[in-house]
Amino acid sequence: MQPLRFATAGSVDDGKSTLIGRLLFDARALQADQLAAVEKASLRRGAAELDLSLVTDGLEAEREQGITIDVAYRYFATPVRKFIIADSPGHEQYTRNMATGASNADVLVLLVDVTKPLLPQSRRHLVIARLLGVRHAIAFVNKLDLAGYARAAFERVRGELESFAAPLRFDSLLAIPGSALRGDMVVERGERLDWYGGPTLLARLESLPGGADRAAAGPLRFPVQLVSPPRAGQPRSYMGRLESGHVLAGAPVVSLPGARATRVRRILVHGAERDIAVAGDSVSLVLADELDLARGDLIADAARPPRETRSLETTLIWLTARPLRPATRYLAQLGSRRVAARVSNVETRLDVDSLREIPFEGEVSANDIVNVRLALQAPVFADPYEDVRCTGALILIDEATNHTVGAALVK
Amino acid sequence: MLAERSHLDWLESEAIYILREVAGQCQNPVLFFSGGKDSICLLRLAEKAFRPGRFPFPLLNIDTGHNFPEVIAFRDRRAAELGERLVVRSVEDSIRRGSVRLRAEGESRNAAQSVTLLEAIAEFGFDAAIGGARRDEEKARAKERVFSFRDEFGQWDPRNQRPELWSLYNARVHPGEHVRVFPISNWTELDVWQYIRREALEVPAIYFAHRRAVVRRRGLVVPVTPLTPPRAGEPIEEVSVRFRTVGDVSCTCPVESSAVSIDEILEETKSATLTERGATRMDDQTSEASMERRKREGYF
Repeated sequence: MQPLRFATAGSVDDGKSTLIGRLLFDARALQADQLAAVEKASLRRGAAELDLSLVTDGLEAEREQGITIDVAYRYFATPVRKFIIADSPGHEQYTRNMATGASNADVLVLLVDVTKPLLPQSRRHLVIARLLGVRHAIAFVNKLDLAGYARAAFERVRGELESFAAPLRFDSLLAIPGSALRGDMVVERGERLDWYGGPTLLARLESLPGGADRAAAGPLRFPVQLVSPPRAGQPRSYMGRLESGHVLAGAPVVSLPGARATRVRRILVHGAERDIAVAGDSVSLVLADELDLARGDLIADAARPPRETRSLETTLIWLTARPLRPATRYLAQLGSRRVAARVSNVETRLDVDSLREIPFEGEVSANDIVNVRLALQAPVFADPYEDVRCTGALILIDEATNHTVGAALVK
Repeated sequence: MLAERSHLDWLESEAIYILREVAGQCQNPVLFFSGGKDSICLLRLAEKAFRPGRFPFPLLNIDTGHNFPEVIAFRDRRAAELGERLVVRSVEDSIRRGSVRLRAEGESRNAAQSVTLLEAIAEFGFDAAIGGARRDEEKARAKERVFSFRDEFGQWDPRNQRPELWSLYNARVHPGEHVRVFPISNWTELDVWQYIRREALEVPAIYFAHRRAVVRRRGLVVPVTPLTPPRAGEPIEEVSVRFRTVGDVSCTCPVESSAVSIDEILEETKSATLTERGATRMDDQTSEASMERRKREGYF
């Protein structure tokens, strides 16, 4: 079974690090030397008891500032399932790193402080996660211990969350009351929340679907990573990972650019022949016809090919401090394909508080979410991001600095 | 049909994809091969990614001069079996050049190997270096990207990493800079051993239980070698141990073990109460930020 990947997010001081520490501690995923290190660090900081937030904070710079700067990945398993946590920063300045964590996540775990109103940063996290295609969200409504474990306090936050998130149309959004500090409703139910009948955080995570089935149900998309030339009786083959759908030996396919029709003659997995490959498999394909494909080309479903286009309407998340410059040439990377791109038109900006698109003014700066048209020097093969991730997602690279400066989703 | 794909299949497929991205994007990559279990997995993944072709990169090992001889022999034999080119650069040479200066002859050369590593990268002009580091090993590693940028001094800047979304990796660098690439970022120690078993991979003998002279120091089992002699008053014992990780002799400790097969190692790994590095590394215990500091200076 593919591991469930979840991203955690929350505003500063919502107790996110404590929650992850608690989850790992109660799920018995921490080992004696990690605990000893946390204990030592807790004492040094004058804490009276084990400070579980210290389990995850990794970098010196973070410890100095007391906040999480970058995504940290954690691994744990229960008898039911393996998990990958992308522990993402809460601070607004590091929203781009939160987007990094959410881009591969099946589930968002959002930390909300029951003693505060729903903060703009929490809304932003919900919006970015949904934008990036995360379908399931869990809001862990934390610090119930500071609110006397009162149901009314939880219901107020839940109401606020649900009314804000309704237009985002998550497949599921579940609010769970609890206390990361005291360990209520994380792995154990605790004794103070009898009025809550739903699952604990861990039980919920164990039951949610991963993203693999959805990718496998999509149309065939196979970006060519490398070409293996014909040699010693072996035919030319195309190496890559099937990113969407499945492929059967003998199936009709098209190659792009040019939408040339052919068939899959053989599917090779490390030299062994197979009848079928599904999304997620790294394979080599041999085609029936001699088409001279190269890295960056695409093999696709003959009945449902992507659009071949030099213009894309996208939602762009700007990831860097240097503002977007319409005159600058960027490189757009979509699958294995890289082409020069210009932002030809910035249309509107998404206001994450009201969820309204407002007319764009001024410059696009870090963490802005804008609707833009990209003009491309050569065609790319695209699908709406909501339908197919691999042909709907692209990054923009600054040609001068080589930095990854934007992440765009095809509409 | 999806349910049939195991956790290991998923990890393997991801790692192959990453290796092929290196081949597709980089002009002059290299793969770090130490003879240790993680890089043994990397070689099998490279076979799966590129055979029947040759690997699109040579193998590189930084020889600290403080090695376990079994591991060096294994390293050379494995490279020869694969028919791939192995480049070895040694810390001794850096010491002779004066680029590495040690305070004491027996001092750990683990940190010093960063210098030799960066010298080798500069000598060959490598623009990408593939390594077997895993995010579950250590807290600074947990923050690292799969494609992790290094500036012209080989430095990692943890505050300013390139955003890495989906599996859209950006390996572009200017001359003199490079990326480190970690195809098994998402693997755990248990995954590595399960993969070694599934693929029937050979590993050096020191991973299996054997009798060895040791002393006990600060909770660690320290092997007695010419480089790590017993301190005054420390009684020498001979116990059954195996190594969980293989590094510089002067800073790598074994654990007590009776595991003589991969299956037994798997059982021990599942029930281990200490992390891989916590149980075995003297150098990570010196400060909370040891690994982070070394990594910022170009450490593998």
